[in-house]
Amino acid sequence: MNEPLLRIHNLSVHAAGRALLREVNFSARAGECVALLGPNGAGKSTLLRALSGVAPVARDTVWLRGRSLENWSAGELARFRAVMSQQSSVAFPIRADEVVALGLPGRRAGNLHDPLVGELLEWLEVAPLRARAYPSLSGGEQQRVQLARVLAQIWDAEGPRLLLLDESTSALDPAQQYLTVEKLSALAAGGDCLVVLVCHDLALAGAFASRVLMLQDGVLVADGTPDKVLSPRRLAEVYGLDSCRVDLDTGTSLHIHGALRRAPRPPGRSPGTR
Amino acid sequence: MSPDPRRWPVAPTLTGLALLLLIGMVLAMLSGPMTVSVAQLWQGLWSSSSEPGYLVIRDLRLPRIVMGALVGGALASTGAVLQGLFRNPLADPGLIGISAGAALGAVAVIVLGANLAAAWEIRLPTQSIPVAAFLGALVTTMLIWRVASRGGVTQVSMLLLAGIAIGAIAMALTGLLTFMADDHQLRTLTFWSMGSLAHSRWQDVALAAPWLLSGIVLLPLLARPLNALILGEEAAVHLGFSVPWVKRGAILLSAVSVGAAVAAAGQISFVGLMAPHLVRLLLGVDHRWLIPGSAAMGALLMVFADVLARLLVVPAELPIGLVMALLGGPFFLFLLLRQRPL
Repeated sequence: MNEPLLRIHNLSVHAAGRALLREVNFSARAGECVALLGPNGAGKSTLLRALSGVAPVARDTVWLRGRSLENWSAGELARFRAVMSQQSSVAFPIRADEVVALGLPGRRAGNLHDPLVGELLEWLEVAPLRARAYPSLSGGEQQRVQLARVLAQIWDAEGPRLLLLDESTSALDPAQQYLTVEKLSALAAGGDCLVVLVCHDLALAGAFASRVLMLQDGVLVADGTPDKVLSPRRLAEVYGLDSCRVDLDTGTSLHIHGALRRAPRPPGRSPGTR
Repeated sequence: MSPDPRRWPVAPTLTGLALLLLIGMVLAMLSGPMTVSVAQLWQGLWSSSSEPGYLVIRDLRLPRIVMGALVGGALASTGAVLQGLFRNPLADPGLIGISAGAALGAVAVIVLGANLAAAWEIRLPTQSIPVAAFLGALVTTMLIWRVASRGGVTQVSMLLLAGIAIGAIAMALTGLLTFMADDHQLRTLTFWSMGSLAHSRWQDVALAAPWLLSGIVLLPLLARPLNALILGEEAAVHLGFSVPWVKRGAILLSAVSVGAAVAAAGQISFVGLMAPHLVRLLLGVDHRWLIPGSAAMGALLMVFADVLARLLVVPAELPIGLVMALLGGPFFLFLLLRQRPL
């Protein structure tokens, strides 16, 4: 039982001759809430896709529940691993609660009367929208409905569960963002669940993640508690951010001044345009 | 803001559709140039008498109505499945070139078959035209499949575009063959290009029914993975479905149903578009009810269009494909206009 839920061993991913991930190593257990940070194009989504099984990876590089990823079938994985990707376009006039019901496992899928559908919509504070057409919802509302759908998939699963979220709260308003991530972190801490979330909000990650992984150019450059990883020096190195630690009565807080570089001047207007 | 989508209760709605179909078929039996009373109809169904009235009921009207219902049901089920697969409510069996391929097969046998048979001094088997239509559908589908697959992955957008291109090629070849056809062959060709149930007899029903029924019965098995596909291909994989197998199953069953439908009744478009759309308005997007509901709705539409085809220009009759296009074309335009962002 000492095998961690998720173990990554020398994972490299190449696409079109370019290395997207280089020899990434880490393992994580149920109960952790891991924030995956890094600049645009650092490989965060690539890593998440590799973990979820949609991007091909080399043998014996990704291990889930002590078994290598290629030995899991899509159906077996779906029983304990749920994924929310960035895009979520829907072509049909589907209702919000119908989206959530599609996430229910096995024969329960599509059953609108399943009590879990209402409970999750309630928990994520979108219950009043349940009969609305999903495409007509705002971006933040759509994300919370999708989150409920993803949670429905593994809510009643047996054994340790894995939740992979790719910028799943990016369209929420700040208060909802904090509320939602707090719920997810409580879910990880209280249940048999590992939450891995890609995000861009350093303060949000610092507030709720139990652990932060920092990617830069496909290399895992930092791995540790938010206090250790989110240091002004590292933020300057990885993001080119100008920041400092502020000591408050309640603890230290990160304060971000802005980018270290000055923004280049906008290109001039072409002489031919009137 | 658009109103909330309404949903009718599933079981009563599906039962209602089935009842409507039954009533529609009875009314279709009663209508036509020769008036038939309900009592005559009842007797005609069970008696083996060879009086002309009974013959019309038993051997002319009944087989064509059964064939129409089967063809409509198969085309509409296929439409519902293809729309789910392509994640596009405007997809239609005609759209991805399957019908055009089937028609090309039939036309090739009509125009070239006679010459070849004469040259080789053989007689063409009576069922060679429907078989050729079926093979045409299968070959086109395989071809589209090859073009759209790369490294074991089939791209749905590529499938759609390849279908349009190969469908256009098949239509051009059909046009070329039409150009070569003589007067007699041209009249037979009209049947395939416009669609008709006028020549459906019991032996045609017997030949086509197993294929059409296998589509109607087997396509609903794809309902659960198609539901997951509403959320996107990756989401369907994450939910545990084998998307490559779903695509293969959907394409193969579509080729079988559409090939059999074109072989039986020629090219009939828009049923596969209208029926699923109407059912979606009633029952929503859940393919578990949408596919069988579409089958019933498609059968109903075909039976209705067939009655119009027989009654509008008595004593002659219109090709049913023409009637369906006259109904479906405006419907399609209406859908497009409604989809336009305001």
